[in-house]
Amino acid sequence: MATVVQRMRKFLNDPEQVVKESLVGLAAAHGDLLRYDAENQVVIRKDAPRQGKVALISGGGSGHEPLHGGFVGAGMLDAACPGEVFTSPVPGQMLAATKAVDGGAGVIHIVKNYTGDVMNFKLAAEDAAEEGIQVESVLIDDDVAVQDSLYTAGRRGVGATVLAEKVAGAAAERGDALAAVAALARRVNDRSRSFGVALSSCTPPAAGKPIFDLPEGEMEVGIGIHGEPGRRRSALGSAHEVAATMVEAVVSDLRPAAGARVLVFVNGMGGTPLLELYLLYGEIDRQLREASLEPVRNLVGSYITSLEMAGASLTLLELDDELTELWDAPVRTPALRW
Amino acid sequence: MDEATIRTWMTETASSIRAERDHLVQLDAAIGDGDHGINMTRGFEAVVLAFSTEDGGSPGQLMTLAGKTLISAVGGASGPLWGSALRRAGRTLGDKPTFEAEQLVVAMEAALAAVQDLGQAKPGDKTMVDALAPAVGALREGVAAGQPLQSAVQAARSAAEEGMRATVPMQARKGRASYLGERSIGHQDPGATSAVLILKALERTLAAGG
Repeated sequence: MATVVQRMRKFLNDPEQVVKESLVGLAAAHGDLLRYDAENQVVIRKDAPRQGKVALISGGGSGHEPLHGGFVGAGMLDAACPGEVFTSPVPGQMLAATKAVDGGAGVIHIVKNYTGDVMNFKLAAEDAAEEGIQVESVLIDDDVAVQDSLYTAGRRGVGATVLAEKVAGAAAERGDALAAVAALARRVNDRSRSFGVALSSCTPPAAGKPIFDLPEGEMEVGIGIHGEPGRRRSALGSAHEVAATMVEAVVSDLRPAAGARVLVFVNGMGGTPLLELYLLYGEIDRQLREASLEPVRNLVGSYITSLEMAGASLTLLELDDELTELWDAPVRTPALRW
Repeated sequence: MDEATIRTWMTETASSIRAERDHLVQLDAAIGDGDHGINMTRGFEAVVLAFSTEDGGSPGQLMTLAGKTLISAVGGASGPLWGSALRRAGRTLGDKPTFEAEQLVVAMEAALAAVQDLGQAKPGDKTMVDALAPAVGALREGVAAGQPLQSAVQAARSAAEEGMRATVPMQARKGRASYLGERSIGHQDPGATSAVLILKALERTLAAGG
Protein backbone atom coordinates (compact mmCIF):
# COMPACT_ATOMS: atom_id res chain seq x y z
CA MET A 1 0.00 0.00 0.00
CA ALA A 2 2.77 2.43 0.88
CA THR A 3 4.36 2.11 -2.55
CA VAL A 4 1.04 2.70 -4.26
CA VAL A 5 0.48 5.85 -2.25
CA GLN A 6 3.98 7.05 -3.00
CA ARG A 7 3.65 6.41 -6.72
CA MET A 8 0.45 8.41 -6.85
CA ARG A 9 1.90 11.58 -5.25
CA LYS A 10 -1.26 12.00 -3.21
CA PHE A 11 -1.81 12.66 0.48
CA LEU A 12 -3.48 9.42 1.49
CA ASN A 13 -3.65 6.99 4.34
CA ASP A 14 -5.75 4.34 2.65
CA PRO A 15 -7.05 4.88 -0.91
CA GLU A 16 -10.32 3.16 0.01
CA GLN A 17 -10.95 5.67 2.83
CA VAL A 18 -10.13 8.86 0.95
CA VAL A 19 -13.70 10.18 0.75
CA LYS A 20 -14.61 9.50 4.38
CA GLU A 21 -11.36 10.94 5.71
CA SER A 22 -11.74 14.05 3.58
CA LEU A 23 -15.30 14.61 4.84
CA VAL A 24 -14.06 14.37 8.42
CA GLY A 25 -11.60 17.13 7.56
CA LEU A 26 -14.26 19.26 5.87
CA ALA A 27 -16.41 19.11 9.00
CA ALA A 28 -13.43 19.84 11.25
CA ALA A 29 -12.59 22.92 9.19
CA HIS A 30 -16.13 24.26 8.86
CA GLY A 31 -17.97 23.16 11.96
CA ASP A 32 -19.62 26.57 12.13
CA LEU A 33 -21.45 25.91 8.84
CA LEU A 34 -22.05 22.19 8.57
CA ARG A 35 -21.81 18.79 10.16
CA TYR A 36 -20.86 15.39 8.79
CA ASP A 37 -23.16 12.43 9.38
CA ALA A 38 -20.59 9.67 8.98
CA GLU A 39 -23.07 6.82 9.28
CA ASN A 40 -25.06 7.97 6.26
CA GLN A 41 -22.13 9.73 4.57
CA VAL A 42 -23.92 13.04 4.15
CA VAL A 43 -22.85 16.62 4.82
CA ILE A 44 -25.64 18.66 6.42
CA ARG A 45 -26.05 22.36 7.02
CA LYS A 46 -25.55 22.96 10.73
CA ASP A 47 -28.94 24.55 11.41
CA ALA A 48 -30.97 22.07 9.31
CA PRO A 49 -33.84 21.39 9.16
CA ARG A 50 -35.17 24.93 8.88
CA GLN A 51 -38.93 24.92 9.37
CA GLY A 52 -40.87 26.31 6.43
CA LYS A 53 -37.85 26.68 4.13
CA VAL A 54 -37.56 24.69 0.93
CA ALA A 55 -34.48 22.50 1.32
CA LEU A 56 -31.94 21.85 -1.41
CA ILE A 57 -29.77 18.80 -1.66
CA SER A 58 -27.37 17.62 -4.27
CA GLY A 59 -24.85 14.87 -4.59
CA GLY A 60 -22.65 12.98 -6.92
CA GLY A 61 -19.35 11.23 -7.09
CA SER A 62 -16.47 12.68 -5.09
CA GLY A 63 -13.39 14.11 -6.78
CA HIS A 64 -15.15 17.33 -7.86
CA GLU A 65 -14.41 19.30 -4.68
CA PRO A 66 -15.50 21.81 -3.58
CA LEU A 67 -18.68 20.51 -5.29
CA HIS A 68 -20.95 19.56 -3.49
CA GLY A 69 -19.95 19.51 0.19
CA GLY A 70 -18.19 22.86 -0.11
CA PHE A 71 -21.47 24.48 -1.10
CA VAL A 72 -23.40 23.46 2.01
CA GLY A 73 -24.37 26.46 4.11
CA ALA A 74 -26.60 29.51 4.27
CA GLY A 75 -27.88 30.61 0.87
CA MET A 76 -26.91 27.44 -0.99
CA LEU A 77 -27.26 23.71 -0.23
CA ASP A 78 -28.86 22.20 2.87
CA ALA A 79 -27.10 18.88 2.35
CA ALA A 80 -24.71 17.08 0.04
CA CYS A 81 -24.34 13.35 -0.62
CA PRO A 82 -20.81 12.46 -1.68
CA GLY A 83 -20.34 9.14 -3.42
CA GLU A 84 -17.08 7.30 -3.90
CA VAL A 85 -14.64 9.02 -6.28
CA PHE A 86 -16.44 9.56 -9.62
CA THR A 87 -19.24 7.22 -8.53
CA SER A 88 -22.78 8.30 -7.82
CA PRO A 89 -23.88 8.07 -4.19
CA VAL A 90 -26.50 5.48 -3.26
CA PRO A 91 -30.24 6.06 -2.67
CA GLY A 92 -29.84 5.51 1.07
CA GLN A 93 -27.58 8.56 1.37
CA MET A 94 -29.99 10.73 -0.57
CA LEU A 95 -32.94 9.55 1.50
CA ALA A 96 -31.07 10.23 4.75
CA ALA A 97 -30.15 13.72 3.52
CA THR A 98 -33.70 14.43 2.36
CA LYS A 99 -35.12 13.45 5.75
CA ALA A 100 -32.48 15.41 7.66
CA VAL A 101 -33.18 18.71 5.88
CA ASP A 102 -36.94 18.57 5.21
CA GLY A 103 -38.53 21.52 7.00
CA GLY A 104 -42.01 20.73 5.75
CA ALA A 105 -41.79 22.85 2.59
CA GLY A 106 -40.39 20.14 0.35
CA VAL A 107 -36.95 19.16 -0.85
CA ILE A 108 -35.28 19.81 -4.19
CA HIS A 109 -32.83 17.29 -5.59
CA ILE A 110 -30.31 18.89 -7.92
CA VAL A 111 -29.13 16.08 -10.16
CA LYS A 112 -26.33 16.24 -12.69
CA ASN A 113 -27.24 14.35 -15.83
CA TYR A 114 -25.15 11.20 -15.53
CA THR A 115 -26.68 7.76 -15.88
CA GLY A 116 -25.73 6.69 -12.35
CA ASP A 117 -26.75 9.92 -10.63
CA VAL A 118 -30.10 9.96 -12.40
CA MET A 119 -30.91 6.33 -11.48
CA ASN A 120 -29.87 6.58 -7.83
CA PHE A 121 -31.71 9.89 -7.30
CA LYS A 122 -34.78 8.38 -8.99
CA LEU A 123 -34.82 5.45 -6.54
CA ALA A 124 -34.27 7.89 -3.64
CA ALA A 125 -37.10 10.19 -4.74
CA GLU A 126 -39.44 7.17 -4.86
CA ASP A 127 -38.40 6.20 -1.34
CA ALA A 128 -38.87 9.78 -0.07
CA ALA A 129 -42.33 10.00 -1.62
CA GLU A 130 -43.25 6.78 0.19
CA GLU A 131 -42.27 8.51 3.43
CA GLY A 132 -44.50 11.47 2.60
CA ILE A 133 -41.80 13.99 1.72
CA GLN A 134 -42.42 16.18 -1.30
CA VAL A 135 -39.44 15.99 -3.61
CA GLU A 136 -38.84 17.81 -6.85
CA SER A 137 -35.87 16.83 -9.02
CA VAL A 138 -34.04 19.29 -11.23
CA LEU A 139 -31.75 17.86 -13.90
CA ILE A 140 -28.67 19.84 -14.88
CA ASP A 141 -27.39 19.23 -18.42
CA ASP A 142 -25.38 22.16 -19.74
CA ASP A 143 -22.38 20.57 -21.48
CA VAL A 144 -22.48 21.37 -25.18
CA ALA A 145 -19.66 18.93 -25.96
CA VAL A 146 -22.23 16.13 -25.93
CA GLN A 147 -24.28 16.92 -28.93
CA ASP A 148 -27.01 14.60 -29.98
CA SER A 149 -29.01 13.29 -27.08
CA LEU A 150 -30.74 10.74 -29.32
CA TYR A 151 -27.47 8.87 -29.59
CA THR A 152 -26.01 9.60 -26.17
CA ALA A 153 -27.02 9.63 -22.53
CA GLY A 154 -27.70 13.34 -23.11
CA ARG A 155 -25.72 16.38 -22.15
CA ARG A 156 -23.69 16.16 -18.98
CA GLY A 157 -24.25 18.38 -15.98
CA VAL A 158 -21.14 20.45 -15.34
CA GLY A 159 -20.55 24.14 -14.47
CA ALA A 160 -24.20 25.18 -14.42
CA THR A 161 -24.59 22.96 -11.34
CA VAL A 162 -22.68 25.49 -9.22
CA LEU A 163 -24.72 28.39 -10.59
CA ALA A 164 -28.05 26.59 -10.14
CA GLU A 165 -27.18 25.65 -6.55
CA LYS A 166 -26.31 29.28 -5.76
CA VAL A 167 -29.38 30.82 -7.39
CA ALA A 168 -31.87 28.23 -6.13
CA GLY A 169 -30.28 28.37 -2.66
CA ALA A 170 -30.84 32.13 -2.55
CA ALA A 171 -34.43 31.71 -3.70
CA ALA A 172 -35.10 29.13 -0.98
CA GLU A 173 -33.49 31.41 1.59
CA ARG A 174 -35.80 34.32 0.68
CA GLY A 175 -38.82 32.05 1.19
CA ASP A 176 -39.83 30.95 -2.32
CA ALA A 177 -42.07 27.88 -2.53
CA LEU A 178 -40.93 24.49 -3.83
CA ALA A 179 -42.18 24.92 -7.40
CA ALA A 180 -40.72 28.42 -7.66
CA VAL A 181 -37.28 27.36 -6.43
CA ALA A 182 -37.27 24.42 -8.84
CA ALA A 183 -38.31 26.69 -11.70
CA LEU A 184 -35.40 29.03 -10.96
CA ALA A 185 -32.92 26.17 -10.90
CA ARG A 186 -34.28 25.01 -14.26
CA ARG A 187 -34.11 28.54 -15.63
CA VAL A 188 -30.40 28.68 -14.74
CA ASN A 189 -29.87 25.35 -16.50
CA ASP A 190 -31.85 26.43 -19.58
CA ARG A 191 -29.87 29.65 -19.90
CA SER A 192 -26.42 28.10 -19.29
CA ARG A 193 -23.99 26.29 -21.55
CA SER A 194 -20.54 24.87 -20.79
CA PHE A 195 -17.51 23.50 -22.58
CA GLY A 196 -14.27 22.08 -21.16
CA VAL A 197 -10.78 21.10 -22.22
CA ALA A 198 -8.16 19.00 -20.44
CA LEU A 199 -4.38 19.30 -20.54
CA SER A 200 -3.77 16.21 -18.42
CA SER A 201 -5.62 13.18 -17.11
CA CYS A 202 -6.15 12.46 -13.43
CA THR A 203 -5.65 9.50 -11.09
CA PRO A 204 -8.56 8.15 -9.02
CA PRO A 205 -6.97 7.02 -5.72
CA ALA A 206 -8.53 3.53 -5.77
CA ALA A 207 -7.45 2.89 -9.38
CA GLY A 208 -3.91 4.10 -8.75
CA LYS A 209 -3.12 5.20 -12.28
CA PRO A 210 -4.17 7.94 -14.68
CA ILE A 211 -7.37 7.34 -16.65
CA PHE A 212 -5.67 8.20 -19.94
CA ASP A 213 -2.30 9.35 -21.24
CA LEU A 214 -2.07 12.74 -22.83
CA PRO A 215 1.24 13.64 -24.42
CA GLU A 216 2.59 17.13 -23.84
CA GLY A 217 1.44 19.62 -26.42
CA GLU A 218 -1.94 17.97 -26.89
CA MET A 219 -5.32 18.58 -25.31
CA GLU A 220 -8.57 16.70 -24.91
CA VAL A 221 -11.41 18.82 -26.24
CA GLY A 222 -14.96 18.52 -24.92
CA ILE A 223 -14.33 16.79 -21.60
CA GLY A 224 -16.66 16.23 -18.67
CA ILE A 225 -15.64 16.12 -15.02
CA HIS A 226 -14.73 12.47 -14.56
CA GLY A 227 -11.28 12.36 -16.07
CA GLU A 228 -12.80 10.79 -19.14
CA PRO A 229 -11.36 11.50 -22.56
CA GLY A 230 -13.12 14.19 -24.56
CA ARG A 231 -14.83 14.17 -27.91
CA ARG A 232 -11.54 14.60 -29.74
CA ARG A 233 -7.87 15.26 -29.21
CA SER A 234 -6.04 18.14 -30.81
CA ALA A 235 -2.83 20.13 -30.61
CA LEU A 236 -2.70 22.52 -27.66
CA GLY A 237 -2.85 26.03 -29.11
CA SER A 238 -2.31 29.39 -27.41
CA ALA A 239 -4.65 30.51 -24.61
CA HIS A 240 -6.18 32.88 -27.14
CA GLU A 241 -7.04 29.97 -29.43
CA VAL A 242 -8.32 27.76 -26.61
CA ALA A 243 -10.53 30.60 -25.38
CA ALA A 244 -11.87 31.07 -28.91
CA THR A 245 -12.76 27.36 -29.12
CA MET A 246 -14.63 27.53 -25.80
CA VAL A 247 -16.42 30.79 -26.56
CA GLU A 248 -17.49 29.60 -30.00
CA ALA A 249 -18.81 26.28 -28.66
CA VAL A 250 -20.80 27.90 -25.87
CA VAL A 251 -22.12 30.99 -27.64
CA SER A 252 -23.16 29.18 -30.82
CA ASP A 253 -25.29 26.82 -28.76
CA LEU A 254 -26.69 29.30 -26.22
CA ARG A 255 -27.46 31.96 -28.87
CA PRO A 256 -27.84 34.80 -26.37
CA ALA A 257 -29.58 38.01 -27.45
CA ALA A 258 -27.25 40.69 -28.78
CA GLY A 259 -26.08 42.83 -25.90
CA ALA A 260 -27.14 40.19 -23.36
CA ARG A 261 -25.71 40.45 -19.87
CA VAL A 262 -23.90 37.27 -18.97
CA LEU A 263 -22.29 35.60 -16.01
CA VAL A 264 -18.92 34.16 -17.04
CA PHE A 265 -17.73 31.18 -15.02
CA VAL A 266 -14.16 30.16 -15.80
CA ASN A 267 -13.59 26.96 -13.87
CA GLY A 268 -10.34 25.13 -13.19
CA MET A 269 -10.36 21.33 -13.35
CA GLY A 270 -8.17 20.99 -10.25
CA GLY A 271 -4.62 21.17 -11.58
CA THR A 272 -4.59 24.54 -13.32
CA PRO A 273 -3.39 27.54 -11.29
CA LEU A 274 -5.33 30.81 -10.94
CA LEU A 275 -2.51 32.51 -12.84
CA GLU A 276 -3.66 30.69 -15.96
CA LEU A 277 -7.38 30.84 -15.16
CA TYR A 278 -7.28 34.65 -14.97
CA LEU A 279 -5.26 34.80 -18.17
CA LEU A 280 -7.98 32.68 -19.77
CA TYR A 281 -10.69 34.85 -18.24
CA GLY A 282 -9.11 37.95 -19.77
CA GLU A 283 -9.17 36.35 -23.21
CA ILE A 284 -12.74 35.14 -22.81
CA ASP A 285 -14.00 38.45 -21.44
CA ARG A 286 -12.53 40.30 -24.41
CA GLN A 287 -13.85 37.83 -26.96
CA LEU A 288 -17.35 37.93 -25.46
CA ARG A 289 -17.39 41.72 -25.66
CA GLU A 290 -16.29 41.47 -29.29
CA ALA A 291 -19.30 39.20 -29.80
CA SER A 292 -21.41 42.05 -28.33
CA LEU A 293 -22.14 40.32 -25.04
CA GLU A 294 -21.73 42.03 -21.70
CA PRO A 295 -20.01 40.10 -18.90
CA VAL A 296 -21.52 41.67 -15.77
CA ARG A 297 -20.80 38.92 -13.25
CA ASN A 298 -18.07 36.30 -13.10
CA LEU A 299 -16.70 33.44 -11.10
CA VAL A 300 -13.08 32.44 -11.62
CA GLY A 301 -11.53 29.51 -9.78
CA SER A 302 -11.70 25.75 -9.29
CA TYR A 303 -15.25 24.96 -8.15
CA ILE A 304 -16.22 21.80 -10.04
CA THR A 305 -13.11 19.76 -10.56
CA SER A 306 -11.84 16.46 -11.81
CA LEU A 307 -9.30 15.58 -9.10
CA GLU A 308 -5.91 16.99 -10.16
CA MET A 309 -6.69 17.26 -13.87
CA ALA A 310 -5.15 20.26 -15.60
CA GLY A 311 -7.70 22.04 -17.72
CA ALA A 312 -10.57 24.46 -17.62
CA SER A 313 -14.19 24.87 -18.54
CA LEU A 314 -16.25 27.87 -19.53
CA THR A 315 -19.86 28.23 -18.42
CA LEU A 316 -21.93 31.10 -19.72
CA LEU A 317 -25.23 32.06 -18.05
CA GLU A 318 -27.49 34.58 -19.75
CA LEU A 319 -28.69 36.65 -16.82
CA ASP A 320 -31.93 38.51 -16.17
CA ASP A 321 -32.71 40.85 -13.29
CA GLU A 322 -34.00 38.16 -10.97
CA LEU A 323 -31.11 35.77 -11.61
CA THR A 324 -28.64 38.62 -11.04
CA GLU A 325 -30.30 39.56 -7.76
CA LEU A 326 -30.24 35.94 -6.56
CA TRP A 327 -26.61 35.55 -7.62
CA ASP A 328 -25.73 38.66 -5.60
CA ALA A 329 -27.64 37.51 -2.50
CA PRO A 330 -25.49 36.63 0.52
CA VAL A 331 -24.01 33.13 0.66
CA ARG A 332 -21.97 31.52 3.41
CA THR A 333 -20.46 28.15 2.54
CA PRO A 334 -16.92 26.76 2.76
CA ALA A 335 -16.21 27.47 -0.91
CA LEU A 336 -18.42 30.42 -1.80
CA ARG A 337 -19.19 33.35 0.46
CA TRP A 338 -20.10 37.00 0.07
CA MET B 1 -32.32 -25.43 -7.18
CA ASP B 2 -32.65 -23.99 -3.70
CA GLU B 3 -31.21 -21.54 -1.21
CA ALA B 4 -27.74 -23.07 -1.57
CA THR B 5 -27.80 -22.44 -5.33
CA ILE B 6 -28.28 -18.71 -4.81
CA ARG B 7 -25.63 -18.57 -2.08
CA THR B 8 -23.07 -20.38 -4.21
CA TRP B 9 -23.96 -18.35 -7.30
CA MET B 10 -23.41 -15.04 -5.52
CA THR B 11 -20.22 -16.23 -3.81
CA GLU B 12 -18.88 -17.46 -7.16
CA THR B 13 -19.82 -14.12 -8.71
CA ALA B 14 -18.02 -12.18 -6.00
CA SER B 15 -14.82 -14.17 -6.43
CA SER B 16 -14.73 -14.00 -10.22
CA ILE B 17 -15.48 -10.26 -10.22
CA ARG B 18 -12.73 -9.75 -7.68
CA ALA B 19 -10.35 -11.78 -9.87
CA GLU B 20 -11.34 -9.74 -12.94
CA ARG B 21 -11.41 -6.42 -11.07
CA ASP B 22 -8.42 -4.89 -12.85
CA HIS B 23 -9.59 -6.09 -16.25
CA LEU B 24 -12.98 -4.45 -15.71
CA VAL B 25 -11.25 -1.27 -14.55
CA GLN B 26 -9.13 -1.32 -17.70
CA LEU B 27 -12.14 -1.77 -19.98
CA ASP B 28 -13.97 1.03 -18.20
CA ALA B 29 -10.99 3.39 -18.26
CA ALA B 30 -10.94 3.16 -22.05
CA ILE B 31 -14.50 4.41 -22.52
CA GLY B 32 -15.74 5.42 -19.08
CA ASP B 33 -14.15 6.50 -15.86
CA GLY B 34 -12.41 3.33 -14.73
CA ASP B 35 -14.44 2.46 -11.66
CA HIS B 36 -16.56 -0.48 -12.86
CA GLY B 37 -14.36 -3.23 -11.42
CA ILE B 38 -13.99 -1.40 -8.13
CA ASN B 39 -17.72 -0.80 -7.75
CA MET B 40 -18.77 -4.31 -8.73
CA THR B 41 -16.21 -5.83 -6.36
CA ARG B 42 -17.44 -3.66 -3.50
CA GLY B 43 -21.03 -4.58 -4.32
CA PHE B 44 -20.73 -8.35 -4.50
CA GLU B 45 -18.47 -8.45 -1.45
CA ALA B 46 -21.27 -6.64 0.37
CA VAL B 47 -23.73 -9.29 -0.91
CA VAL B 48 -21.56 -12.11 0.45
CA LEU B 49 -21.33 -10.29 3.77
CA ALA B 50 -25.11 -9.76 3.88
CA PHE B 51 -25.65 -13.48 3.18
CA SER B 52 -23.28 -14.46 5.97
CA THR B 53 -25.51 -12.80 8.56
CA GLU B 54 -28.74 -14.10 7.00
CA ASP B 55 -29.62 -17.61 8.20
CA GLY B 56 -31.86 -19.54 5.85
CA GLY B 57 -34.17 -17.57 3.60
CA SER B 58 -35.85 -18.75 0.43
CA PRO B 59 -34.02 -18.43 -2.91
CA GLY B 60 -36.31 -15.51 -3.75
CA GLN B 61 -35.63 -13.74 -0.46
CA LEU B 62 -31.88 -14.15 -0.87
CA MET B 63 -31.96 -12.86 -4.42
CA THR B 64 -34.00 -9.85 -3.30
CA LEU B 65 -31.55 -9.25 -0.46
CA ALA B 66 -28.68 -9.39 -2.96
CA GLY B 67 -30.42 -6.78 -5.11
CA LYS B 68 -31.14 -4.45 -2.20
CA THR B 69 -27.56 -4.79 -1.02
CA LEU B 70 -26.19 -3.83 -4.43
CA ILE B 71 -28.48 -0.78 -4.57
CA SER B 72 -27.31 0.38 -1.15
CA ALA B 73 -23.61 -0.45 -1.55
CA VAL B 74 -22.54 0.31 -5.10
CA GLY B 75 -23.73 3.64 -6.48
CA GLY B 76 -22.87 4.56 -10.02
CA ALA B 77 -25.03 3.01 -12.73
CA SER B 78 -24.15 -0.62 -12.10
CA GLY B 79 -25.53 -0.54 -8.53
CA PRO B 80 -29.10 0.44 -9.40
CA LEU B 81 -29.06 -1.66 -12.59
CA TRP B 82 -27.81 -4.97 -11.15
CA GLY B 83 -29.59 -4.22 -7.87
CA SER B 84 -32.97 -3.70 -9.54
CA ALA B 85 -32.34 -6.75 -11.73
CA LEU B 86 -31.71 -9.12 -8.83
CA ARG B 87 -34.42 -7.56 -6.68
CA ARG B 88 -37.07 -8.02 -9.34
CA ALA B 89 -35.81 -11.53 -10.19
CA GLY B 90 -35.98 -12.42 -6.51
CA ARG B 91 -39.56 -11.22 -6.23
CA THR B 92 -40.65 -13.55 -9.05
CA LEU B 93 -39.20 -16.49 -7.11
CA GLY B 94 -41.28 -15.65 -4.06
CA ASP B 95 -41.01 -17.57 -0.78
CA LYS B 96 -40.88 -21.12 -2.12
CA PRO B 97 -37.92 -23.18 -0.86
CA THR B 98 -36.98 -24.50 -4.32
CA PHE B 99 -37.37 -23.47 -7.94
CA GLU B 100 -37.20 -25.14 -11.35
CA ALA B 101 -35.80 -24.19 -14.73
CA GLU B 102 -39.03 -22.51 -15.84
CA GLN B 103 -38.91 -20.19 -12.80
CA LEU B 104 -35.30 -19.36 -13.54
CA VAL B 105 -36.38 -18.25 -17.01
CA VAL B 106 -39.10 -16.02 -15.53
CA ALA B 107 -36.62 -14.59 -13.03
CA MET B 108 -34.03 -13.83 -15.72
CA GLU B 109 -36.68 -12.21 -17.90
CA ALA B 110 -37.69 -10.03 -14.96
CA ALA B 111 -34.06 -9.09 -14.38
CA LEU B 112 -33.66 -8.00 -17.99
CA ALA B 113 -36.92 -6.03 -17.87
CA ALA B 114 -35.76 -4.23 -14.70
CA VAL B 115 -32.49 -3.23 -16.35
CA GLN B 116 -34.25 -1.94 -19.44
CA ASP B 117 -36.94 -0.08 -17.47
CA LEU B 118 -34.39 1.79 -15.41
CA GLY B 119 -31.68 2.28 -18.01
CA GLN B 120 -33.79 2.49 -21.17
CA ALA B 121 -31.08 0.68 -23.15
CA LYS B 122 -31.90 -1.41 -26.19
CA PRO B 123 -29.78 -4.11 -27.82
CA GLY B 124 -27.09 -2.40 -29.89
CA ASP B 125 -26.55 0.50 -27.48
CA LYS B 126 -23.29 -1.06 -26.22
CA THR B 127 -24.39 -1.90 -22.68
CA MET B 128 -24.93 -4.91 -20.42
CA VAL B 129 -28.19 -5.47 -22.31
CA ASP B 130 -26.18 -6.68 -25.31
CA ALA B 131 -24.99 -9.64 -23.24
CA LEU B 132 -28.04 -10.11 -21.05
CA ALA B 133 -30.76 -10.04 -23.72
CA PRO B 134 -29.34 -12.85 -25.90
CA ALA B 135 -28.55 -14.86 -22.76
CA VAL B 136 -32.14 -14.66 -21.55
CA GLY B 137 -33.33 -15.58 -25.05
CA ALA B 138 -31.06 -18.62 -25.22
CA LEU B 139 -32.07 -19.76 -21.75
CA ARG B 140 -35.76 -19.44 -22.59
CA GLU B 141 -35.38 -21.41 -25.82
CA GLY B 142 -33.23 -24.10 -24.25
CA VAL B 143 -35.65 -24.68 -21.40
CA ALA B 144 -38.68 -24.58 -23.73
CA ALA B 145 -37.00 -27.19 -25.95
CA GLY B 146 -36.64 -29.45 -22.93
CA GLN B 147 -32.84 -29.23 -22.71
CA PRO B 148 -31.29 -30.16 -19.37
CA LEU B 149 -30.89 -26.97 -17.33
CA GLN B 150 -27.10 -27.16 -17.35
CA SER B 151 -26.90 -27.10 -21.13
CA ALA B 152 -29.51 -24.33 -21.36
CA VAL B 153 -27.42 -22.21 -18.97
CA GLN B 154 -24.31 -23.08 -20.96
CA ALA B 155 -26.05 -21.84 -24.11
CA ALA B 156 -27.10 -18.68 -22.27
CA ARG B 157 -23.52 -18.03 -21.16
CA SER B 158 -22.26 -18.61 -24.68
CA ALA B 159 -24.87 -16.23 -26.14
CA ALA B 160 -23.83 -13.63 -23.56
CA GLU B 161 -20.19 -13.99 -24.55
CA GLU B 162 -21.07 -13.56 -28.18
CA GLY B 163 -23.12 -10.48 -27.29
CA MET B 164 -20.23 -9.14 -25.23
CA ARG B 165 -17.80 -9.51 -28.13
CA ALA B 166 -20.33 -7.86 -30.44
CA THR B 167 -20.14 -4.69 -28.32
CA VAL B 168 -16.58 -4.05 -29.54
CA PRO B 169 -17.46 -2.45 -32.91
CA MET B 170 -20.55 -0.68 -31.55
CA GLN B 171 -20.79 3.05 -30.88
CA ALA B 172 -22.17 3.60 -27.38
CA ARG B 173 -25.56 5.26 -27.13
CA LYS B 174 -26.10 4.94 -23.38
CA GLY B 175 -24.06 5.59 -20.29
CA ARG B 176 -20.81 7.43 -19.96
CA ALA B 177 -19.22 5.81 -23.01
CA SER B 178 -21.79 7.57 -25.20
CA TYR B 179 -20.07 10.90 -24.50
CA LEU B 180 -17.12 9.66 -26.54
CA GLY B 181 -19.15 9.36 -29.72
CA GLU B 182 -17.18 7.45 -32.35
CA ARG B 183 -14.24 7.09 -30.00
CA SER B 184 -16.21 4.44 -28.11
CA ILE B 185 -15.91 2.14 -31.14
CA GLY B 186 -13.32 -0.63 -30.83
CA HIS B 187 -13.70 -1.18 -27.09
CA GLN B 188 -15.54 -3.97 -25.30
CA ASP B 189 -18.30 -2.80 -22.99
CA PRO B 190 -17.41 -3.37 -19.30
CA GLY B 191 -21.07 -3.85 -18.27
CA ALA B 192 -21.55 -6.61 -20.86
CA THR B 193 -18.33 -8.15 -19.58
CA SER B 194 -19.52 -8.34 -16.00
CA ALA B 195 -22.84 -9.78 -17.20
CA VAL B 196 -20.85 -12.66 -18.69
CA LEU B 197 -19.00 -13.15 -15.40
CA ILE B 198 -22.30 -13.43 -13.53
CA LEU B 199 -23.61 -16.03 -16.01
CA LYS B 200 -20.35 -17.98 -15.86
CA ALA B 201 -20.73 -18.07 -12.09
CA LEU B 202 -24.22 -19.55 -12.51
CA GLU B 203 -22.86 -22.15 -14.94
CA ARG B 204 -20.14 -23.19 -12.47
CA THR B 205 -22.68 -23.30 -9.65
CA LEU B 206 -24.90 -25.73 -11.55
CA ALA B 207 -21.95 -27.82 -12.76
CA ALA B 208 -20.89 -28.23 -9.14
CA GLY B 209 -24.32 -29.61 -8.40
CA GLY B 210 -25.54 -26.47 -6.62
